[in-house]
Amino acid sequence: MRFPIGGMFTIFGAILTVYGVVSNPAIYGKSLGINVNLWWGLVLLVFGLVMLGFAYRAHRESKPNVTDSTSTP
Amino acid sequence: MQHIALGGIDYAILIIYFVFVLGIGWALRRVIRSSEDFFLSGRSIPAWIAGLAFISANLGAQEVIGMAASGAKYGIMTSHFYWVGAMPAMVFVGLFMMPFYYGSRARSVPEYLKLRFDEKTRGLNAITFAIMTIFSSGISMYALAKLFELVLGWSFHGSIVLSAVIVLIYIFLGGLTSAIYNEVLQFFLIVLGFLPLVLLGLKDVGGWNGLTAKLATVATNAGFEPGAWTHSWKYMDSPSHNPMGMEWFGLVMGLGFALSFGYWCTDFLVVQRAMAAGSMTAARRTPLIAAVPKMLMPMLVILPGMLAIGLHASRGGFLPIGSDGQPNYNLAIPMMLAHYLPSGLLGLGLTALMASFMSGMAGNVTAFNSVWTYDIYQTHIRPGQTDAHYLRVGHAATVFGIVASVLAAYSATRFNNILDMLQLVFSFVNGPLFATFLLGMFWRRTTGHGAFYGLLTGTITAALHYGLTLPRGAVPGIKGGFLGAVLHVYPSEMALNFWTALFAWTGCFVATLLISLFTKRTKTDEELRGLVHSLTPRIQEAQMPWYKRPVTLAVAILVVSTILNVIFW
Repeated sequence: MRFPIGGMFTIFGAILTVYGVVSNPAIYGKSLGINVNLWWGLVLLVFGLVMLGFAYRAHRESKPNVTDSTSTP
Repeated sequence: MQHIALGGIDYAILIIYFVFVLGIGWALRRVIRSSEDFFLSGRSIPAWIAGLAFISANLGAQEVIGMAASGAKYGIMTSHFYWVGAMPAMVFVGLFMMPFYYGSRARSVPEYLKLRFDEKTRGLNAITFAIMTIFSSGISMYALAKLFELVLGWSFHGSIVLSAVIVLIYIFLGGLTSAIYNEVLQFFLIVLGFLPLVLLGLKDVGGWNGLTAKLATVATNAGFEPGAWTHSWKYMDSPSHNPMGMEWFGLVMGLGFALSFGYWCTDFLVVQRAMAAGSMTAARRTPLIAAVPKMLMPMLVILPGMLAIGLHASRGGFLPIGSDGQPNYNLAIPMMLAHYLPSGLLGLGLTALMASFMSGMAGNVTAFNSVWTYDIYQTHIRPGQTDAHYLRVGHAATVFGIVASVLAAYSATRFNNILDMLQLVFSFVNGPLFATFLLGMFWRRTTGHGAFYGLLTGTITAALHYGLTLPRGAVPGIKGGFLGAVLHVYPSEMALNFWTALFAWTGCFVATLLISLFTKRTKTDEELRGLVHSLTPRIQEAQMPWYKRPVTLAVAILVVSTILNVIFW
């Protein structure tokens, strides 16, 4: 389960961060002058990567146990 | 009203979300081998996933939009729906009721009623529940499509078809598991999509203190004390002192007891998530884990509404004015999104709104599937078929459920009053249910006749109470008082609803008790083992360390929600 969550938020975070860097600063007037795409993009990126990290660790730990069919994808 | 323009990046985010949602359904299609897999996720869901799905299924678009609207209309008092109207009931269902739901191996809430009482009680519950899920899913579909039409200029039909098809595909492929996994994804999306909005709004008005100052203007303009929008209990001494028109007793008993326990403890839509959990401990933990984010949800859904009305009062014209001359409170969240979020995050926020809608709809459809297949089709139409047959019926029910919700959504465009009427009738049906479960689970003497006729009595009590009373300023009709004589006038519609629920509960409780005493028991003690408290072996948790026991989490939840009530007193 952590794989899709991690994957989706990593992609969202990456897109927003890049967009935050390249976008016209004028659009941030409505968000009180803060480049929210950049900052919130980074937050999402970190959240997504942490989730992926957990997913990877859980996946590696469950591997030796081949009979464990209940592990979540 | 001018439409909000979306950029390419906003559409990209929405499309990526759709890809993930469908991908989860596709990845899970091979897991579904039996009807148990399709309807109950093979009872293998870990507690944290079931818990987040539990809360997400409840976090439909109507909840998000409606709670923000109430936040604008009533202020922080709306938090009573969480800290009074959810926490105690969620703790109760986890600690005291889940042992019987999960332990009985019932596959649905109506099936528990069959095991505990008899077929007629189950049938009554199953049929009303099935109809109700279709209509609530249709009504929320209608609300969302209308909103997107108004705010984004999207086609009403397009929104309905798009969302219905996506939900259809992922449930059809992966059953309840797919719905649950998507609900977890949607949960995170809703939190992370709305959070920047709240943070920006708070920063803009100068934090909680700045908001308090702005809302003081709102309150005095409406003729209340300055703190009426920012204190949850202080002005509950009399209905005329607060915008909700409620006094504390009606609130605690009507909302905190009758309505809240009726919903959280007996509604299969949420209970189904806990039934899908992997073990008894996981099932008991599910509502408790769900209670943690639920407790913090007011920050995400009520606060935007409060910010919106604060800005509306201080800057003027923030919310569009509706045809009744009042601000259109339902637009609080979309207006906030458009006001603060630039292209990029705007897409994320709208995707979150879409996600909230899908999780609510998927919750309704999966619950409908199980009740239709197990409690109506397998029981009354074609019993004794193979498992593969019922799995096919489940797939067909998914299609049917979604098509029927779409039809309900379209009927809402034409017969708005009829749908209001239906919702009203359902509230009469659901109000008394908790009394039936309470007596059934904790008193072995309760009989099937008692349960069935008690439920009917409760429903009739609710209808009579509603028909003989009226909220202030309303004309007799759908708002109450349709029986001719008006015996009592309540200060607000909400007060009337809370009291109706309380009357329904009491009517059902007393009738079930009396009828049970005068009718013969049909189930022996042996048959009731695992279904009634006094005949079920205690759950052994002594080997578990104290901090892992459900009781510990339950106490922590109650303590923290009490503290929250005190902070916002």
